[in-house]
Amino acid sequence: MAKELIRLTDLTMEFDGEKILDNINLYINDHEFLTLLGPSGCGKTTTLRIIGGFLTPTSGDVLFDGQKINDVPSYKRKINTVFQKYALFPHLDVYDNIAFGLRIAKLDELEVDRRVEEMLDIVSLRGFENRKITQLSGGQQQRVAIARALVNKPKVLLLDEPLGALDLRLRKDMQNELKRIQQATDITFIYVTHDQEEALSMSDTVVVMDKGHIQQIGRPEDIYNEPKNAFVADFIGESNILDGVMIEDYLVEFFGRKFKCLDKGFAPNEPVDVVIRPEDIDFVDAAEGHLRGTVTNITFKGMQYDIIVDFKGFKWLIQTTDYQPVGKRVWIRLNPEDIHVMKKSEYSGLFGDYSSYSAEYDEIAEDTADEE
Amino acid sequence: MKSKRLLVPYVAWMLVFTLIPLGVVVYFAFTDAATGRFTLENLSDLGVYLPIFLRSIFLSLISAGICLLIGYPVAYTIAQAPVKRQRFLSMLVMLPMCMSFLLRTLAWVAMLEDTGIINSVVTALGLEPLPLIRTNGAVILGMVYNYLPYMITPLYTVMMKIDHRLVEAAQDLGCDSTQVFTKVILPLSVPGIVSGITMVFVPAVSTFYISQKLGSTGTTMIGDVIESQFKTAYNPNLGAALSLVMMILIFVCIGFMNRFSDDDEEGVVTP
Repeated sequence: MAKELIRLTDLTMEFDGEKILDNINLYINDHEFLTLLGPSGCGKTTTLRIIGGFLTPTSGDVLFDGQKINDVPSYKRKINTVFQKYALFPHLDVYDNIAFGLRIAKLDELEVDRRVEEMLDIVSLRGFENRKITQLSGGQQQRVAIARALVNKPKVLLLDEPLGALDLRLRKDMQNELKRIQQATDITFIYVTHDQEEALSMSDTVVVMDKGHIQQIGRPEDIYNEPKNAFVADFIGESNILDGVMIEDYLVEFFGRKFKCLDKGFAPNEPVDVVIRPEDIDFVDAAEGHLRGTVTNITFKGMQYDIIVDFKGFKWLIQTTDYQPVGKRVWIRLNPEDIHVMKKSEYSGLFGDYSSYSAEYDEIAEDTADEE
Repeated sequence: MKSKRLLVPYVAWMLVFTLIPLGVVVYFAFTDAATGRFTLENLSDLGVYLPIFLRSIFLSLISAGICLLIGYPVAYTIAQAPVKRQRFLSMLVMLPMCMSFLLRTLAWVAMLEDTGIINSVVTALGLEPLPLIRTNGAVILGMVYNYLPYMITPLYTVMMKIDHRLVEAAQDLGCDSTQVFTKVILPLSVPGIVSGITMVFVPAVSTFYISQKLGSTGTTMIGDVIESQFKTAYNPNLGAALSLVMMILIFVCIGFMNRFSDDDEEGVVTP
C-alpha cells in the first residue's frame, strides 16, 4: 500500500502582494512519480522550491513524513534537486561534482568512490570522470546533475524542467532514462514541466496547475480522458470545446442536436462544456453522419493530417490519416464515448475554438513556455 | 580586414608610447653614462639595492594581503546587495579615486604627523605622542588606503557573476552557510582574488610618493630610488637598469599569478 510522504496543506505564497500560490492542497506518496504540469507562471516551480526548502510559504504547512518542515533549511532536508539548467559547479570536474554531497556528509573516501562509480554507471558517464563541466554537452551535463542529486540517496528527488534545454530526440531518450532510474532506485520523483506529453508519458500522478491553483490531480489516463475543465482539456492535448446543455443523464445537446454520452450527475438542462478530442472524430458517409461541415484547412503532420472543419461557423480540429481536400463537404459521426461533458468554469469559452488556427501556433506556444 | 584596421590606433599608440620608450629604457640600462658604450655595470651595481627591492616587495605584499582581507568581505557584501544598492555601494568604493592621489596621501600626512590630528588628540588626553609617521606601518596604511578600490572592483565583478543557483545547489547538497562559502563562493572567486592582488601589488611595488611622504629613509622603496636617479642623482642609466629589473620582476609576478588562476578559472576554453 502506498504510504504518504509529503503533504502540502493550504499552501499560499505571495510575492509583493501578488498571490503565486493560492491554497494548494496536495499529498505525495512514497515511491511515486508525480508531475506538476502547467504553463509559465502557474506556480509549479514555486511549489517545487517550497518543497526543496528554498522558499518559505506565506501560509500553510509542508509536512514530510508527518513532520512539519516549513522552517527546516534545505541542507537539512532529505531532498535533492536537479535544477533547471543544472547549476553544476564549474570549478569541479564530473567526479567531484557527483561526489560533492557525499563529501559534505563526510563519508569516507572509499565509500564516496564506490557510490560515485556506481552512479556513473547508472547515468552512463563512465570515462567522463575527469572532464570539466564546460567540456560536456547539454545531455551529459543533465546526467551529471541527476547523478549529483541521486548519489545522496534522497527520499525525494525534485526535478525542475530538467529536459527543457535538450533537443527533441535527446529529450525522448532522457524521458525513458529518467523513468527507468526512478523505477530502479525507488525514489519519489517530483517533476516540474510545461510539456504535457512528457508529463503523461512519465508520471504516476499528474497535477495540472494554472494561476496558482491546482486544476486537476489524477492518473495520466484520467487527466486526458476526463478533464475537469476547459483549461485542462485544452492544455492536455488538443480539444474541441463546445457550449452544450445537459438535458438529462447520458444525454447532451449541442449544435441543436441531442447526443448520447457517458456522463451523468448534472442538473437537468445545466449548461456545460463539451469536449471532443480531435483524434476521436471519424469521417463517415452522409447516411450515418451526425453533423456536416466544410474542410477549410489541412496540414500534414507526419503521423496524421490536422484538418480544420467548419461546422456552422465553429471550427473544429480533426486529426485523421484520411486526406480530405479543402472545400470538401464532410460528414462526421460522434459516438457516446467520444463525447466528454464538463461543468462550466472560469475557463469556459476561452479555449477549444480553432477559428484562428494556424499550423505555427503550437510552436509559438511552446517557445513562450520555454522562456520561463 | 575591417577588424584589423580598427586596431591601428591602438598599435600606433603602443608603438610610440610604450614600445619605443621601453627600447630607450633597455638602451640606457645597458650603456655607460659617460661614454655611451655598452656595459653591464649598471646591472651589476644593483646588488646594493637588493634590500630595497626586498623591502618593496615585502611592503607591497603585506598591503595586497591587507587589501584582500578588507576588500573581500566588502566585495561580497556588495555582490549580495539588491541591484540598485550595488550600484550605489560600488560608487562609494570608487569615490576616493575621484580625488587626487597626491591629495589623499597628503591628507594622511596631516593625520599622522607628530603634530598631526591624531597626535593632537593623543596629547590633549595627556598621553605621549605616538610614532605614527615615518614607519613601515604608515607606508602600508597609505598603500592600502590608495589601492583598496583596485582590490574590491575585480573581486566584486567576479562575485557578481557567480550564479545564485550554485549556492542553492550547494545548500541542496547539504552545505550550511559556512560550507557554501568555502566550497563554492571562495573557489569561484579565485580569479577575482588573483587579479585583485595583481592590481594592488603592481602599482604598490613601484610606488614612490607614498613612501616619501609617509615613510622615512628606513622605508625607502625601489620607486623612490628610481625617481632619485632621474631627478637628483642624474644617473638615468642606473635608473633605467633599476626600472628594467623592476619590470621583469613584475612580469614574473603576473605570470605566476595568472598561472595560478588559470587552473581554477571557470569557462576557460581549452582547444
